[in-house]
Amino acid sequence: MTARRRPEPVQVVKLRRDQALARLVSSVPYIGFLGMTFDRRGDELTAILPWRDGLTGNPALPALHGGVTAGFMESAAIVELTWSLHWAAMEAAAAAGDPVPEDLPPLPRTINFTMDYLRTGLPRDAYARARIARSGRRYASVHVEAWQDNRARPIAQASGHFLMPGRV
Amino acid sequence: MDDRDRNAAHDRIARAFVSGVPQVAELGVTVARTAAGEVELCLPWRADLVGDPATGVIHGGAVFTLMDTASGAAVLAHPQVTGPTATLDLRIDYMRAASPHQTIRARAECHHVTRNVAFVRAVALDDDDSRPVATATGSFTLAGDVK
Repeated sequence: MTARRRPEPVQVVKLRRDQALARLVSSVPYIGFLGMTFDRRGDELTAILPWRDGLTGNPALPALHGGVTAGFMESAAIVELTWSLHWAAMEAAAAAGDPVPEDLPPLPRTINFTMDYLRTGLPRDAYARARIARSGRRYASVHVEAWQDNRARPIAQASGHFLMPGRV
Repeated sequence: MDDRDRNAAHDRIARAFVSGVPQVAELGVTVARTAAGEVELCLPWRADLVGDPATGVIHGGAVFTLMDTASGAAVLAHPQVTGPTATLDLRIDYMRAASPHQTIRARAECHHVTRNVAFVRAVALDDDDSRPVATATGSFTLAGDVK
C-alpha cells in the first residue's frame, strides 16, 4: 500500500482552475463583444453581464435588448457545459497524479434555444446561472435563469439543447 | 390613407425601430426590405461576433438578436398593430452552421395578431437561399389598440 499523496497547495489548485476558466471565456469572441465575465465558486459559475449603453434594445425605457439577454444566457449555457467537461477531466487527472490537461474540449453546438421573457431587463448588471438538466454522450439539455437586482425576480428563463462534440 | 401610404408608414415604423436601437447598431444590422407585417434584416459577418473560434461561425446570440429584432419589427409593420411590442418568448432552431464570412439575413413575418398577442415566424439565411441556417417562432405582447 502506497502512502497517500499530500494534497496540492490551495493556491496551485485555484490558479489552475482560474486559468482554465479564463482560457475558455477569452476564447469566444462574442463573449468579449458583450463584455461578459464569470464568477467561480468551486465548480459553480455565475455569468455576469455589466451594463453598458451599447446593450440597449429600447432607448425610450431604456432596457436591455432581449437578444443580448439571449446571447448572454446561451453563452452561460455553453461555458457551463464546456466547463463541466473540463472540470471533470482536470479533477480526474489531479486525483490520479497525472498531468492536468491544458487543452479545453471543443465547444458544444446549439441545436435550439428557447427564451422566456419574464420582466424587462433594466439598465444595470445582469447575472445568469446555467443548470445542466441532462448531459448525455451526444445531447445535453441546459436550463438558464437570469436576474438583476433581485434573485427571486428573474428577468428571463431559457432552455436549450446542445450537440456535444467529440464524444461518439 | 390608401394601401400604399399605409405600407409606407409601416416601413418608416419598422426602419425607425431598427435604426434607433444601440445594440442593433453595434451589431451592424441593416434593413433590407419591409412589407406589411414582414421585415428582412442583414447581419454582416464580423470576427468579434464569432461564437466558436475553431469554426469561425457567428455566435447564436448575435443571430438571436437579429431574429428577435426582425420579429419585433415585423410586428410593428403589421397593418393592424398600433402600439409598442415586447418579446414574450422566442425559440430558435439551428438547422446548420452559418458559413463564415457570409452575411446572415433574417426574414420575419408577423402572421397573426389578436387583441393582446402577435405571432411571428422567421427564417435566417446565408448566401445559400435553399438551405436555411435557422428558423424561429415567437409571440409578442401588444399594448396598444389593434385596428
